[in-house]
Amino acid sequence: MLNDSILTLITFVPTAGAVVVALLPRKGRVIPAFTLLVTLVTFVLSLHLPAHFDYARHGFQFEVNLPWIAHPAIRYHLGIDGLSLWLVLLTTFLGPVGVLVSWRAIETRTKEFYFFFLLQQTAMIGVFISLDLFLYYGFWELSLVPMAILIAMFGRERGPRAALKFFVYTFLPSAFLLVAILWLYAKTGTFEFVQLQSLIASGGFAPEALWWASLGFLVAFAVKVPVFPLHGWLANVIEEAPIAMAMVVAGKLGLYSIFRFNLGLFPEQARAIAPLMIALAVIGLLYGALVALAQTDMRRLVAFAILSNLSFCTLGIFCFAVGGLNGAVYQTINEGLTGSALLVMISFLYERYGSFDMTRYGGVAAKLPMLATLWVVTTLALVGLPLFNGFVGEFLVLSGSFPVHPSWVAAATTGVILSVAYMLWMAQRIFYGQPSPLVANRVPFDLGAREHLTLWPMVLLMAAMGVASPYWIKGIESGVMQFPAITRSAGVTGDRQSAAEAVRTPAPSQTADAVAGGAR
Amino acid sequence: MNQTASALRILPEIILTIAGIAVMLVDAMLGKASSRKPLGWLAVLGALAALAASLWQYQLPAGTAYFGVVQTDAFSVFFHVLIAGIVLASLLITLDAVTDTTEGLGELFALILFGAVGMMLMTSAVELLLVFIALEISSISTYIMAGYRRKTAKSPESALKYFLLGSFATAFFLYGIALVFGATGTTRIDDIAAVLAKSVGAGQAPALLFVGLAMIFIGLGFKVSAAPFHVWTPDVYEGAPSPVVALMSTAPKVAAFAVLLRIVYGAFPLLHAHWVPVLWWLAVLSMTIGNLGALRQRNVKRLLAYSSIAHAGYLLVAFTALSADGIAAASFYAVSYAAMNVGIFAVISHAGGYDDRLTLIEDYRGLAYRSPLLGGAMAFFLISLIGIPFTGGFFGKFYVFAAALHSGLIWLTIIGLANSGIAAFYYLRVATAVYSRPAESSPVHTVPRPSLALLFALFLTAVTTLWLGIVPGNVLARAQTAAQTYPSVNAAAAASPVAQQ
Repeated sequence: MLNDSILTLITFVPTAGAVVVALLPRKGRVIPAFTLLVTLVTFVLSLHLPAHFDYARHGFQFEVNLPWIAHPAIRYHLGIDGLSLWLVLLTTFLGPVGVLVSWRAIETRTKEFYFFFLLQQTAMIGVFISLDLFLYYGFWELSLVPMAILIAMFGRERGPRAALKFFVYTFLPSAFLLVAILWLYAKTGTFEFVQLQSLIASGGFAPEALWWASLGFLVAFAVKVPVFPLHGWLANVIEEAPIAMAMVVAGKLGLYSIFRFNLGLFPEQARAIAPLMIALAVIGLLYGALVALAQTDMRRLVAFAILSNLSFCTLGIFCFAVGGLNGAVYQTINEGLTGSALLVMISFLYERYGSFDMTRYGGVAAKLPMLATLWVVTTLALVGLPLFNGFVGEFLVLSGSFPVHPSWVAAATTGVILSVAYMLWMAQRIFYGQPSPLVANRVPFDLGAREHLTLWPMVLLMAAMGVASPYWIKGIESGVMQFPAITRSAGVTGDRQSAAEAVRTPAPSQTADAVAGGAR
Repeated sequence: MNQTASALRILPEIILTIAGIAVMLVDAMLGKASSRKPLGWLAVLGALAALAASLWQYQLPAGTAYFGVVQTDAFSVFFHVLIAGIVLASLLITLDAVTDTTEGLGELFALILFGAVGMMLMTSAVELLLVFIALEISSISTYIMAGYRRKTAKSPESALKYFLLGSFATAFFLYGIALVFGATGTTRIDDIAAVLAKSVGAGQAPALLFVGLAMIFIGLGFKVSAAPFHVWTPDVYEGAPSPVVALMSTAPKVAAFAVLLRIVYGAFPLLHAHWVPVLWWLAVLSMTIGNLGALRQRNVKRLLAYSSIAHAGYLLVAFTALSADGIAAASFYAVSYAAMNVGIFAVISHAGGYDDRLTLIEDYRGLAYRSPLLGGAMAFFLISLIGIPFTGGFFGKFYVFAAALHSGLIWLTIIGLANSGIAAFYYLRVATAVYSRPAESSPVHTVPRPSLALLFALFLTAVTTLWLGIVPGNVLARAQTAAQTYPSVNAAAAASPVAQQ
């Protein structure tokens, strides 16, 4: 049955591809072409998931659960729910995009590049679908290695430094994640996510110990997102990394993990720490936006824009409202999509003009009208213009969390305005005004076939996710609704906010409909 | 027990001895000008035969031989196989690194084989005096090998240092045995446990015993290079030829760990309340001093020396767990440590050669550009040493700390894992150098083409490392069976809870 093996296939087709890449000759474009084929096959395979996903069913689907190691009891347990469904799809979708954008950017040592690129795909997909904590941790840590190597080998001049920073930043807190996982195992004798969830929910743990364990999880994830004071690596990495890696380095892995484990395993503790996380999220949101305003390097600007956007997702998660949570997941996907599109276009600009410095640009629109159009479309999607995906996500997060924390959310709204400022300003400085010497002296051609092929799917998807959001939301909501943190909230507190939630709860897709209606 | 069966119990040792003697005899018969390399292949054959014999020993029923001084059980056979594997890989690495003009080549191969006899005997000896003799056999051959590059300044210094400190340590060990004999009236490990069961049961353990045990710890602590008995390690590793370091950073340590396991769990399980805190501190000190020391190194071999001190610390963590899982974890960790450490020294000894052309981290810049195979292998072993999942290094560490946490050693686990975070720093410095573009001004170090022997050794170590990370089940099961050799552990642990730190 394909349903039983699909997740294994999606995860390990890239690995198999990597092994083949290692054996292919370094001739012409054989290696990139083959990698493109592998990523496309993976993507097509992953389309099987939404096609056969049962939205009405709770719990995990497409499960595989086989014994792996007898003692300690480790199982090869994979499965997805509404939460991970679209994140897997996002990862497989960005696979071919990453190959296409590296097509010309990576000319030397292609074998190494594509080998680690494919390994990275496996690791990222593995994180989203592992239901055994050991397996999960394996993929989580594995995802660091190809990333760090690629940044070191193929980044800009200071790549090795950025790689080291990235690795140390993310590896150190993982040690505490491992302590927490081992502690859970020592207490329960299982690494199974579902079993742990019910064991923790049924009590029997010392509250203080659980608190430390949840912190171990949270810190590791918060660094990876990154959440505000832990973002030190982000700007360096996005600035230095090869574009294909900068696209996927931040956001989804950490946010997904916070969702799955902090909200899934430790709902009480997550609730208790929510005020702090919300404050950090809003600070990060504003801080990122303000710092972005001051940048002249495009990639640094995008890095801080990403920080700002990701803080938005964190805000949505820790408000514990169905709408906000839906929005957070939606916004995670958006960020993956629009952030990548922006980085891809920056890389195309760089291929033509050889600079990331905005001040050296100007009037590019006259020379590259096609690129300018797509850039502006992406900008608008990122700043949350209705009809585009960003609007849906931001609207859901803000409207979902406003009733819970009005003052913080009001502050966050300022961030949205700031995002318009830095994004439009960047577009204006690069594409409009008088052509700068750099631009005037070169006669580049507008987007070629490969570049069209890279960008259009992303741009179309942004529009589709803007107008037809219920299609995605229904899956996400089926995943969000099963979290203990959410279902509890409707019953425990009886004030205005949860009443509003309670109304929403029986008909989950209402929020989505409302937003879609608003968008139309 | 009849005599044939007795010989079978030390079959790998016998094979290695015969091979060593054969190497020396053929060496004497060969002309002055002729190549000594075929002797290496002869030694490889001997190691292969010993490996096969060790694996075959799994079929023997557990039991003792030669008046009960040698015991083959799941535990000793496990370590026999491991040591035979290490010796095989080290011989291949040596074959690759040496040239026809290398001095005393025939003796070098013979010394490796004779040393291996001692190491193997250490793991199967159940009589402390035999343990001592085996320890001396293994030590003397490693002292000589450490000084094998006679023409350099570093190598004789390293050998002398190693010899002086090492003989002190063995003296401590011997004195410890004497005191234990004074306290219990026996030097047989199982008899000691039996005597203790009576006297401790009666509520008295002579002070002599504790002094003796402490002396034994000092001796073995030196052999496994646990802090604070570690100071010799960096100097010796730096001075000794790299292929020799591949051997002496793994096999003698593994054997000493096996001895330590047998002594603490076989002879003194009842005194665990006294020795667990000692080992707890040894573990913490080794991990911390090893990792912090490695951070400051610029010389790759010194760096790996400190890293090996840290790894000894991780291994000691498993000792303190005081459970069958702990013993199994220690055994498993020994295998994965051996695989990755021999592997990385295979790369170093090929890239740097017998006479250490590459010493500093900067010298390794761009190795991956000059030779993708060697660079990739080096990065892979470094990744395993860091402890990235799906490598043996990770699973070993995981299992060790799982066992420790299971016994409630939460602080030790946190210290250990924080340490492994620090370790990532210095391993990555080497890895980054390997994958950075070489500076324009730096001299070009050409890397010779890997020989068949090296490819063989790399394959053996890399596959083992990967195998232990992805499908560790088989080795793990064997380690767990080996741990069952000490049935008293669980009983002792159950009787009184582990001393919480």
